[in-house]
Amino acid sequence: MSEPDETLDCRGQRCPLPVINLARRVPGLPAGAVVRVLADDPAAAVDIPAWCRMRGHEFLAAHPDAGPAYDVRV
Amino acid sequence: MSASPVYLDAASAAPPHPVARQAMLAALDDGWADPARLYAPARRARQLLDAAREAAAQTLGVRADELSFTPSGTAAAHAAVLGGLVGRRRAGTTLVHSAIEHSAVLHAAQRHTAAGGDAVSVPVDRLGRLDLDAWAAAVAAPGVALAALIGASHEVGTVQPVPAAAELSAEAGVPLYVDAAQLVGRAPLPAGWSVLTASAHKWGGPPGVGLLVVRKGTRWESPYPADERESGRTPGVVNLPAVVAAAASLRAAAADAAAEAARLAPLVDRIRARVAAEVPDVEVVGDPVDRLPHLVTFSCLYVDGEALLHALDRRGFAVSSGSSCTSSTLRPSHVLEAMGVLSHGNVRVSLHRETTEADVERFLAELPGIVAALRAEAGVTDL
Repeated sequence: MSEPDETLDCRGQRCPLPVINLARRVPGLPAGAVVRVLADDPAAAVDIPAWCRMRGHEFLAAHPDAGPAYDVRV
Repeated sequence: MSASPVYLDAASAAPPHPVARQAMLAALDDGWADPARLYAPARRARQLLDAAREAAAQTLGVRADELSFTPSGTAAAHAAVLGGLVGRRRAGTTLVHSAIEHSAVLHAAQRHTAAGGDAVSVPVDRLGRLDLDAWAAAVAAPGVALAALIGASHEVGTVQPVPAAAELSAEAGVPLYVDAAQLVGRAPLPAGWSVLTASAHKWGGPPGVGLLVVRKGTRWESPYPADERESGRTPGVVNLPAVVAAAASLRAAAADAAAEAARLAPLVDRIRARVAAEVPDVEVVGDPVDRLPHLVTFSCLYVDGEALLHALDRRGFAVSSGSSCTSSTLRPSHVLEAMGVLSHGNVRVSLHRETTEADVERFLAELPGIVAALRAEAGVTDL
């Protein structure tokens, strides 16, 4: 698991807050940056990839045993 | 300000058909005795039960002795899965099922795996359609006792390729169970199944009546302790007034099904098109063409599903949701998860025989403002 450019800790947040906080953070990041979202709400596993598809970002990987964590390239 | 109520959750429970009410009242007076006994009131009850079975079987195009009434659609689904596995235990211990089965089927599968059996879940695509190649491989594997496929998704409306899945199952010598809860009384039944279940309150019958159909020649054994009722397929005396009401309303619903589908399908098309066009950042899910006539599901980005249901309820709209915050388990719908579509801010709208065009128009007129207000409140409007 390579190091991301930015880590967003959304643990303890219920859906849809992890996706909202990811969307808030992304405009401040340079294009191509990798952001790792830590989110323990089970809905994040579905909603973060779906958000990437709707917003045209690249969903890189899910790490179910590390956070769980989700890597997104903006 | 109170708004007139608009009930849009027929997929949970359709409002009772007027025929169901009449039949239930008549049967309460005439059908209270135990139909298994040997005296005049019992014979009268027996006649009512036989007539209800005959009517329901005729409507479904099956033999009367293939059809049993169960205490609910869930009980019928449990019996279908567990009985199908018991009946074929010599062939193997694997249950193959789609990833989008009703929770009743998945819970029966969990019982089976907890007892040492196996279950194989077959994926669906983004539109909620069964992956037939994966299905073919799964049913052809050694040791498969039963395959289970929902006829059409109760959450997103996508109709499943039952005839093709049935053919693949038959080639592998595996009987197919079809959960037809959203089809019976609304759409023609597909061909090729060996076991089928349905639920009366989905077609306008009373709650507390399910149908279990086991075709002749199917290896199926009751998973319950022995009981002589309902051909030994489901234990206990049936709720006869409710069964009579279920059969009467099924016949009425099936007689109107084609006309109702022709009326409701364009209203669902309208909801699909207008929601996508008039609510920003919304994902309308499910197959747009190969779908149930009365059901549509969409998810609104950044919106809390529970808050959305409450806001709609305050405006008089009754709908359901597959979002995790609306479920007791706090998990998103396994159907939305299997499809890989947005799960929060989810709304399922399902229409019925009392739904009018004006109801749909009022929903469509109010929804964009309700979603916009929730987004403004959460400060997510410009994200």
